[in-house]
Amino acid sequence: MPDEVIDCRGQRCPLPVIAAARRMPEVPVGTVVRVLADDPAAAVDIPAWCRMRGQEFLGSVNGPDGPAYDVRRTH
Amino acid sequence: MSAPPVYLDAATAAPMHPVARQALLAALDDGWADPGKLYTQARRARQLLDAAREATALTLGVRADEVSFTPSGTTAAHGAVLGGLAGRRRFGSTLVHSAIEHSAVLHAAERHVGAGGTAAAVPVDRLGRLDLTAWSTAVRAPGVALAALITASHEVGTVQPVAEAAAACADVGVPLYVDAAQSVGRVPLPAGWSVLTASAHKWGGPPGVGLLAVRKGTRWESPWPADERESGRTPGVVNLPAVVAAAASLRAAAADAAAEAARLADLVDRVRERVAAEVPDVEVVGDPVLRLPHLVTFSCLYVDGEALLHALDRRGFAVSSGSSCTSSTLRPSHVLEAMGVLSHGNVRVSLHRETTEADVERFLTELPGIVAGLRAEAGVVGL
Ligand SMILES: Cc1ncc(COP(=O)(O)O)c(C=O)c1O
Repeated sequence: MPDEVIDCRGQRCPLPVIAAARRMPEVPVGTVVRVLADDPAAAVDIPAWCRMRGQEFLGSVNGPDGPAYDVRRTH
Repeated sequence: MSAPPVYLDAATAAPMHPVARQALLAALDDGWADPGKLYTQARRARQLLDAAREATALTLGVRADEVSFTPSGTTAAHGAVLGGLAGRRRFGSTLVHSAIEHSAVLHAAERHVGAGGTAAAVPVDRLGRLDLTAWSTAVRAPGVALAALITASHEVGTVQPVAEAAAACADVGVPLYVDAAQSVGRVPLPAGWSVLTASAHKWGGPPGVGLLAVRKGTRWESPWPADERESGRTPGVVNLPAVVAAAASLRAAAADAAAEAARLADLVDRVRERVAAEVPDVEVVGDPVLRLPHLVTFSCLYVDGEALLHALDRRGFAVSSGSSCTSSTLRPSHVLEAMGVLSHGNVRVSLHRETTEADVERFLTELPGIVAGLRAEAGVVGL
């Protein structure tokens, strides 16, 4: 389960990635942040951002709130 | 703004080759009649059409009667896919294709699936290169009628292992269709294909001319309502002046292709290196070595692709983007998606015979400031 959720539904790329990037330095290392994003680009861009920034992409889930992407702060 | 505009979107449409312009103007006077008729004017038109076909066949390394001129690269691709499937319907109804085909091929595949057929997409790696193991498995499956592989990606430039893919198809008797729109007139064509398509405005010919080549012995059946013209492969009268211009410019482009490819590949190398070094948080995508000579793609983190296109346009640079932030489409480029690379802030730069070193230098000089400006505006600096 995620430790916190950021709701980026209705936002177009690159806003969900920017929201994740803004939040990450504010949470303790190890925290899992879930990004809710219905823009299809998020499915590509959130994992790509994790790769570029050395954060851990845990995977995506498609729940009642729509597509969601879990990221763990690793550093 | 005083500097002249710099056009860097040849992969969409290259500026018309001077030879194409000349041939087009001459053929407007000489080639307006219907080549199918029996009077003098028609015979002249027929001679022009035959000569255009001979010249094109020679460049492609095929027989003249294997080549048909279509109304666009898109209709050629539709015909290649649907005709290749129709011709082999006794053997099966599966289309195998790479995940990075042009939308023309994917839309034909959707039509096939809508009519009850099957389509199987084969993945690519992070560099945009076909997964050959998955491809071999896919074409080996029972009921495969046709396989489709782009010769080189129109979005990221990665050259595909066509010879190896063709060998896997040959092993199991599946014909291979190659979409060679970005290769014809620029680089040597791979061997082993049964059906090939291309598009004249990619090599400096006029827009609205496609090529469909079907090798002898290929089971291919026209998916269109019957029409005798162009060996029955594509209906309707050809736009003869445009076809004449396409053939003339193809010959001219092919004659210079090796030298041009070397010149443009050096400029693309420079773009790849300088963009990576001078624009922070950028991902230059596609294979750095096994790639088209004239095309390079990169994505800028946190930047809206449409805003970037407009900012570049205001400074006189015309480029293309695979980002979905562009309002014309809701989905990111399926090619970038298949590769798993950043899709927003995406720019494709593609060069042509009129592109100078100074053009590329000006682009490289201005780009970092333009990207930095957009990031500052969006408040994402330092993220
Ligand atoms: C690889 C590829 N295939 C097909 C096409 C379609 O060609 P046309 O623009 O002539 O319809 C294009 C151009 O958009 C292309 O790049």
